[in-house]
Amino acid sequence: MPWVSNWGRYPKIKAEISTPTFKNESISLIQSKNQIINRGLGRSYGDASLGKEILSTVKLNNIIEFNKQKGSIRCEAGVSLEKILNFIVPKGWFLPVTPGTKFITVGGAIASNIHGKNHHKEGCFSDHLIDFDIILEDGQLLHCSRTENADLFEASCGGLGLTGMIVTARFYLKPIETTFIRQTTLCTKGLEEVFYVFEKNQHANYSVAWIDCLQKGKKLGKGVMLLGEHALSDQLPSKIKKPFQLHTSPKVNLPILFFDQVLNPWSVKTYNHLYYKNKKKEKKERILHYNSYFYPLDNFKNWNKFYGKKGLLQYQFVLPIANSFQGLKLILKKIEKSGLDPYLAVLKLMGSQRELMAFPMKGYTLALDFPIKKGVFKLLEELDAMVHDLGGRIYLAKDARMSAHWLLKGYPLIYEFMNIVQKYNPSMGFRSHLGERLGIFKDYQEKMILNV
Amino acid sequence: MSKILILGATSDMSRATAEKFAQNNHDLILAARNVSRLTHFQNDLSLRFEIEVILAEFDAENKKSHPEFARKFKEVEVVLVFFGYLGSQHLAEKNWKETHRIIDVNYVGAVSIVGIFAQYFKERSQGIIIGISSIAGDRGKQSNYIYGSAKAGFSIYLQGLRNRMYPYNVHIATIKPGFTKTKMTEGSKFPSLLTAKSHTIAKAIYKAYRKKRNIVYTPTIWKLIMGIICSIPESAFKKLKM
Ligand SMILES: Cc1cc2nc3c(=O)[nH]c(=O)nc-3n(C[C@H](O)[C@H](O)[C@H](O)COP(=O)(O)OP(=O)(O)OC[C@H]3O[C@@H](n4cnc5c(N)ncnc54)[C@H](O)[C@@H]3O)c2cc1C
Ligand SMILES: NC(=O)c1ccc[n+]([C@@H]2O[C@H](COP(=O)([O-])OP(=O)(O)OC[C@H]3O[C@@H](n4cnc5c(N)ncnc54)[C@H](OP(=O)(O)O)[C@@H]3O)[C@@H](O)[C@H]2O)c1
Repeated sequence: MPWVSNWGRYPKIKAEISTPTFKNESISLIQSKNQIINRGLGRSYGDASLGKEILSTVKLNNIIEFNKQKGSIRCEAGVSLEKILNFIVPKGWFLPVTPGTKFITVGGAIASNIHGKNHHKEGCFSDHLIDFDIILEDGQLLHCSRTENADLFEASCGGLGLTGMIVTARFYLKPIETTFIRQTTLCTKGLEEVFYVFEKNQHANYSVAWIDCLQKGKKLGKGVMLLGEHALSDQLPSKIKKPFQLHTSPKVNLPILFFDQVLNPWSVKTYNHLYYKNKKKEKKERILHYNSYFYPLDNFKNWNKFYGKKGLLQYQFVLPIANSFQGLKLILKKIEKSGLDPYLAVLKLMGSQRELMAFPMKGYTLALDFPIKKGVFKLLEELDAMVHDLGGRIYLAKDARMSAHWLLKGYPLIYEFMNIVQKYNPSMGFRSHLGERLGIFKDYQEKMILNV
Repeated sequence: MSKILILGATSDMSRATAEKFAQNNHDLILAARNVSRLTHFQNDLSLRFEIEVILAEFDAENKKSHPEFARKFKEVEVVLVFFGYLGSQHLAEKNWKETHRIIDVNYVGAVSIVGIFAQYFKERSQGIIIGISSIAGDRGKQSNYIYGSAKAGFSIYLQGLRNRMYPYNVHIATIKPGFTKTKMTEGSKFPSLLTAKSHTIAKAIYKAYRKKRNIVYTPTIWKLIMGIICSIPESAFKKLKM
């Protein structure tokens, strides 16, 4: 059995991986296993798609239908967003919601209910989802939409692969006039200014702020805010001749063999400094390709390996709007005191979200990348307590380590969710390492019986 | 663009190859057992590459059906033979049914269908047949000699046919893939450095088509490896555990 891990390269698990090519093959596979977990491209950072038995969807990667009038697309769940972009972009369409990488699958987009830089305006992936077909633990195939098996539809959006295996899905696309983004860059001196700029720019379709976490004191939260709008055709500079241009396949593999840890506080500090300086010099308004705006890291195929053999933890949490400013200040100070510097920090203002297992809430979300080293796990445990005390929660799609203790606090509708999981999968046949870790199968089952 | 017939179209290698030909604007006929499994793949290729894709039912072991099948598609210009059956060497050693099936799919079935198309192509003085054989057919070894011998038979068959068809402008290519990560090899262990991906094989096949190559080892390193393996004297080779 091979060792498998996801993007953070932690944890590593011995697993049996099966890769069906067809729907019927998936059905018989699921029927033949007592437990299994779905896995797409493994871009969740932690253990959401890990387990002893893994069903990899990567061979179920066909685009099935494209409706020009409605602007909708139907595809198999293992199709990557990159493949969809290749197909739709030349026709004048774009993804309604996209994460910071195009190398994820549609199944993963639904099961994590991903959000993008436009969450405050356009919601999560589920808000653009029309319907899907899902295989249950007994092999039954169900069609789900907002009107048909609606409870399963909702539970599966953000359901972390525990509700069944999504085989095909249909969702709406977004029309674009060009493949370029009109970006506005705003440099901010500290956290207060970042918040001010976010609130002032809520009308912007896309917004995100990059924060330099290695700054101390007053400069804490110094950063660069990037706003974006899809450029209209008459807004393109004359040097851009073709309004529709595809991304090029990147795939630069950096030689990681020589460095166990390319990233270290020194190199990050230098990089942050140069990045900030560069952005300050950069024109405030700029037209750039969607690939540079949404997926800058995709150009390095294996950037996760820069963090060294032990891997990285991405810590993403959200705080309710009322506690966001004070809370973030406290948390950043706590991190500063720990001496453990996160290498990347991305801040974003979110809108509210209604699904049972939704991560977003009206407030601010911060995503931090920590290389795994001594003290990190302890620090993050302390942060967990702070985040939850402030009424926030952790993004489970990126989590690899949170203790079961916090689950109910962050996700108070977990019982309702588990009821639906059990209604359709009585033996809870879809089981992940994450689910075990968070006590979803054991603790909640026991507690649920007590509840009734 | 010439129309391509793919036999054994559910195979991992053939799907990668179909995509390669579709990218280059060829219309496709995908033939396989239970071919309705390929409906989504058919949609995918015709949507993305704006080509015509037809599905056809085909069973290599059902030789009686081959003449009728070939008649229906005799207008194609290129035939790609992908179907194959690795089977279990272990089982085949004591079980004639398994042995027979390995020979039947990899050799008899292949010879049956290729022979008919070769005849059509000869009459028209035009056509290309590409057979996917295997490096396993280059030298017999205990771990897979029943499959290997069927592939060896197929390789020699293609070689003879190439020789016969040369004056008629009909080209025959033999592809010998090395160990490739596909459904056929799922679960078997092999050094990852020497394990190819389906799309590498697909690229080599497309190139063999464009350049009318005769015998292609893919990845090319296997030409060297098989050269070495074949040069080991039999007196020593028979003692090896391979
Ligand atoms: C560089 C980078 C940037 C990112 N940026 C963002 C971001 O901006 N916003 C955001 O929301 N996320 C972001 N992510 C996280 C990522 O989008 C999600 O983790 C996504 O779910 C990964 O999809 P995947 O195909 O890789 O699935 P995996 O990681 O393999 O699986 C993720 C989850 O989906 C389930 N799943 C997968 N396929 C199916 C299926 N067919 N049926 C049922 N369940 C299934 C799995 O069981 C698992 O719970 C980012 C990740 C990276 C590496
Ligand atoms: N993988 C390797 O390492 C390797 C190395 C050298 C050569 N090869 C050869 O490459 C070719 C493609 O194999 P692959 O690796 O892509 O494996 P694969 O996915 O297992 O493909 C085998 C294909 O053969 C088909 N097939 C079996 N019996 C058939 C029959 N009676 N009639 C019609 N089709 C039949 C299978 O169809 P079903 O879906 O109906 O079962 C399947 O599509 C084979 O000829 C194989 O021998 C493979």
